[in-house]
Amino acid sequence: MARNREGLVLLIDVGPAMHSVLPDVEKACSLLLQKKLIYNKYDEVGIVVFGTEETGNELAREIGGYEHVTVLRNIRVVDEVVAEHVKQLPRGTVAGDFLDAVIVGMDMLIKMYSGGQKGKKRMCLITNAACPTKDPFEGTKDDQVSTIATKMAAEGIKMESIVMRSNLIGDAHEKVIEENDHLLNLFSSNAIAKTVNVESPLSLLGSLKTRRVAPVTLFRGDLEINPTMKIKVWVYKKVAEERLPTLQLYSDKAPPTDKFAKHEVKIDYDYKVTAESTQVIAPEERVKGFRYGPQVIPISPDEIETLKFKTDKGMKLLGFTEASNILRHYYMKDVNIVVPDPNKEKSVLAVSAIAREMKETNKVAIVRCVWRNGQGNVVVGVLTPNVSEREDTPDSFYFNVLPFAEDVREFPFPSFNKLPASWKPDEQQQAVADNLVKMLDLAPSAKEEVLLPDLTPNPVLQRFYEYLELKSKFTDAALPPMDETFKRIMEQDPELSSNNKSIMDAFRGSFEVKENPKLKKASKRLLRDKPSGSDDEDNRMITYDANENKIDIVGDTNPIQDFEAMISRRDNHDWATKAITQMKNRIVKLVENCTDEGDKALECVLALRKGCVLEQEPKQFNEFLNHLFELCQERKLPHFLKHFTSKKITLIPKSEAPDSDVVDENAGDYFTVKQEPMLES
Amino acid sequence: MELDPDDVFRDEDEDPENDFFQEKEASKEFVVYLIDASPKMFSSTSHSEEEDKQESHFHIAVSCIAQSLKSHIINRSNDEIAICFFNTREKKNLQDLNGVYAFNVPERECIDRPTARLIKEFDLIEESFDKDIGSQTGIVSDSRENSLYSALWVAQALLRKGSSKTADKRMFLFTNEDDPFGNMRISVKEDMTRTTLQRAKDARDLGISIELLPLSQPDKQFNITLFYKDLIGLNSDELIEFMPSVGQKLEDMKDQLKKRVLAKRIAKRITFVICDGLSIELNGYALLRPAIPGSITWLDSTTNLPVKVERSYICTDTGAIMQGPIQRIQPYKNQNVMFTVEELSQVKRISTGHLRLLGFKPLNCLKDYHNLKPSTFLYPSDKEVIGSTRAFIALHRSMIQLQRFAVAFYGGTTPPRLVALVAQEEIESDGGQVEPPGMNMIYLPYANDIRDVEELHSKPGVAAPRPSDDQLKKASALMRRLELKDFSVCQFANPALQRHYAILQAIALDENELRETRDETLPDEEGMNRPAVVKAIEQFKQSIYGDDPDEESDSGAKDKSRKRKAGNADDVKYDYIELAKTGKLKDLTVVELKTYLTANSLPVGGKKEVLINRILTHIGK
Repeated sequence: MARNREGLVLLIDVGPAMHSVLPDVEKACSLLLQKKLIYNKYDEVGIVVFGTEETGNELAREIGGYEHVTVLRNIRVVDEVVAEHVKQLPRGTVAGDFLDAVIVGMDMLIKMYSGGQKGKKRMCLITNAACPTKDPFEGTKDDQVSTIATKMAAEGIKMESIVMRSNLIGDAHEKVIEENDHLLNLFSSNAIAKTVNVESPLSLLGSLKTRRVAPVTLFRGDLEINPTMKIKVWVYKKVAEERLPTLQLYSDKAPPTDKFAKHEVKIDYDYKVTAESTQVIAPEERVKGFRYGPQVIPISPDEIETLKFKTDKGMKLLGFTEASNILRHYYMKDVNIVVPDPNKEKSVLAVSAIAREMKETNKVAIVRCVWRNGQGNVVVGVLTPNVSEREDTPDSFYFNVLPFAEDVREFPFPSFNKLPASWKPDEQQQAVADNLVKMLDLAPSAKEEVLLPDLTPNPVLQRFYEYLELKSKFTDAALPPMDETFKRIMEQDPELSSNNKSIMDAFRGSFEVKENPKLKKASKRLLRDKPSGSDDEDNRMITYDANENKIDIVGDTNPIQDFEAMISRRDNHDWATKAITQMKNRIVKLVENCTDEGDKALECVLALRKGCVLEQEPKQFNEFLNHLFELCQERKLPHFLKHFTSKKITLIPKSEAPDSDVVDENAGDYFTVKQEPMLES
Repeated sequence: MELDPDDVFRDEDEDPENDFFQEKEASKEFVVYLIDASPKMFSSTSHSEEEDKQESHFHIAVSCIAQSLKSHIINRSNDEIAICFFNTREKKNLQDLNGVYAFNVPERECIDRPTARLIKEFDLIEESFDKDIGSQTGIVSDSRENSLYSALWVAQALLRKGSSKTADKRMFLFTNEDDPFGNMRISVKEDMTRTTLQRAKDARDLGISIELLPLSQPDKQFNITLFYKDLIGLNSDELIEFMPSVGQKLEDMKDQLKKRVLAKRIAKRITFVICDGLSIELNGYALLRPAIPGSITWLDSTTNLPVKVERSYICTDTGAIMQGPIQRIQPYKNQNVMFTVEELSQVKRISTGHLRLLGFKPLNCLKDYHNLKPSTFLYPSDKEVIGSTRAFIALHRSMIQLQRFAVAFYGGTTPPRLVALVAQEEIESDGGQVEPPGMNMIYLPYANDIRDVEELHSKPGVAAPRPSDDQLKKASALMRRLELKDFSVCQFANPALQRHYAILQAIALDENELRETRDETLPDEEGMNRPAVVKAIEQFKQSIYGDDPDEESDSGAKDKSRKRKAGNADDVKYDYIELAKTGKLKDLTVVELKTYLTANSLPVGGKKEVLINRILTHIGK
């Protein structure tokens, strides 16, 4: 095995307690193998399951014991079938012993890679670690684990344990769990082993590092306190976006008979003085130009080379400052980590002393960095302490890039205090908001924190690889819907929201929002102008008079005018609603009083209709008209109905107000149909 | 170089479709510089300390404007400016008024964007001024000539250009005469004062602001109360602060940081779903983005005309030009799995573009490594959804009060991301807003993006060395000594960018010398050399390294690697020069090419062709 390759053994608990999460385990493992097929196709993988009815491993055959541990696949180069294989894990019947599985896995790795083969050796244990482990033949479990771990460390085998603890069944003994956790911890302190506790399928998917990236240092050199005091450090990327693989372009131009067609696509760039001209300029005949006022100034590469800003590689300390001086949102890029040179013990000490003191006093360091010689620019950034909780891990710094003066755009924004009172929350609303912020809690305690970035997988990548697998089998496969597991990052946790239902309801109730009617009109008017054109009457009838906006009630004498004035008041959207309500009451009164003022009521209805069309409130009018129709029937007022028919007053259809539920053909239906079923929607 | 420069330099999260919603704020400035050219401006002002350094007020004004223009052309190159002298012998202006000379260069309207030629010729104005323009007092009692009045009129006429709704209009008036009508008969003086003030008031009423930059004689301060306070419309409060601020104003004009100023625009309009049935409207602004030296236009090196780039996709099998969206393939399991462009975009489209609240966490859950790219600033808007601001402010206050941040899912980026919304209180200083009130949206990495580097450096079972109390104490002393006073983020100018602007200016204006740019990011050497600091560093060093400072010298890996490189260079397998002559370099492998490059300390990056070209150039020399 070459230096750059990895030998991996998956140790998967398939005992009964794991059955419910196995589909997610299968998903995570198959993604891991899929990515190996694309990025690390010479890596080698073995699969061991434990908790199975039968036993099938070399150790059991050689020396006995190690029951219920089955080797599904011996370690060999990843291939097409393995990704498939891992999707159909057997369901076991007995509680598995994870220690047995670890020993089997270790034995496989040692046998496979003995004789000083280079390369990385890794085991990945996925279990709920809730079943008891057997006592060893001699000594204690602790002794046994320490021995195994020391052996692992000696052989250079790393282990990561993913402990799934969301679905603990009641009869799982607390003592067993405690003991198992203790044993797993023992691994961590004696070998390169880490344990991740996951509580949801989502973090299970996130906890398994599916893409193996060889770590590369960005910089190795001095962190210079001053010219006499230098600390040797290495800088790596701590965060770097994992992207989709770069897909190649494919050409289908070659005839299907051409067996040697490469189907490749070449991208050509032509540089021309004008679009029409056929004269093509060679790339080296071009020169970079930069805007200077209205002109473009050419600057030759030579000029750039001789005049440009020159840098010397190195990290220089500028000084220390209060951590509170650096607001979090000033971090400009993905994050680097500055680790002391592992071969220089004194540097490890120096970094540790500064990092610990920084953490203690809440200080950060400002540094100026040039990662490579001749780099076109310097970077100014902030070092924050990364004090390790593990004894065997040296302390380090995180490095974040800070902006330069030119990078800041100083746009002013109104102070919240200066906003009108109607835009600010009152005390009651504030209390409701406080409650929401307190109770919609994603981290009730450090252990229970959910949606940790470190355990949340990228849904798009997950989806792409799933689709890739599917397409590799069925070329025309449709894109499957989003995996349910990812609902947890795209939507509020239903459990959390239902636990806090009253708080959410209170919040909804206290903070009413509505669409701005003014804007609505501007956009809707365009819509309305298109179909009609004969609606001139509408526009003529309601004339908005800005000066006459004092009217706040629809009176007896001039109800129509009052209504029109009120609905056109633009100081508050409430006026339109008020006007409509009052107009409705007025009409009902006119109808109920049942004098011969039928005409006046009719006019009011017409005015209301036009107002509702203009305000785009079709539902208000349609419901009212139906209500009115019923009222007339109840009160036996047929002459009104006749009037309505003769004047052709109809419901507001879609063509007049897009929000309406009424199609044009049915606009007159309220005479004939007693109940409007569509209004219930 | 194969990239479209516009694509490269666009803000990553800027949405071009949203140009429509650009805020209607003054996005442009129209400026007229009015310079008094009366003989009085030319009398040298003697500095009592330095007798030999004598500068006339005219020189001060002109060089101040020249400096200002050089910043202006980079910072706000769309602004339009005009330069007018008054009290001149010659006249040149549209109104044909005496004593006013509007300075201009060919290919440019009188008020227009500044050009390199304008700046270049204006730099030399003092040499030719006497010949071409000439100085002459233009306020003459008998003929009722009033050059100040005329100057205001000309300036106002120039500023008629552009709508006052979309542009700021300003006049800068440079003079050292605090009482322009002082020598007149009283009646004439009153009349002239009245008409001039009226002219100024008319201009102000049209939305033009007049800024006065008075120049004081060493022995006699400019008396603003005599005349000019009325001309620029100062009230008595402002009056006291006015004169002391003048010096600073002049300095500011001269010494502006070269920094492209962008109009305030909404980068994103965001619907924030707080819970089912309640969504509010937010605007996202890109307040922090790496500044770049402006877009690159490729030019034909012989004609200096802009070059158009045409990209074509060519099928390597048939040589046919590919049209329309091209399918993509991913080799997988011994076959090529095919995707259409549409399918790929569907894979990425997993959500609506909304911002969905998921919950809240204490601020200490947001780690220093939870960062990917610059944050986006969020500010509420009631433009479309009334009530947005109120709900936003309530959450904002609660989050500050309870020291929590919101975790949300944001679908507006590719890929969609978990984000942290960190409430930021408004911070003001000296009357200016340092931090606007709102929330900063910080893009969080996924588990896929985070690397476990620490593990790599762990030695299982071997405790990492930890500092002793004494070492910690020395570190603490060191940190106290090296405390940066008044540090603020973004206090440093980007030295490479400033150098770029200096190069651009030197080439554009045919300057002989490159303006020195200072690298502010270098450590403060003087401060570092203070005895107390040196001592603190020395003590920390002593506590860590002990008496043997050589322990950490470069004895290890580094030397070895150097040797290896040197060895490679000696071990020349090929006669590169011979190969280059015969054009056989291309037969070598990239590794072999790199051997040559390394041996000659040349960069080793790039494709094979680039490497070959680099070697050829090197041999050519």
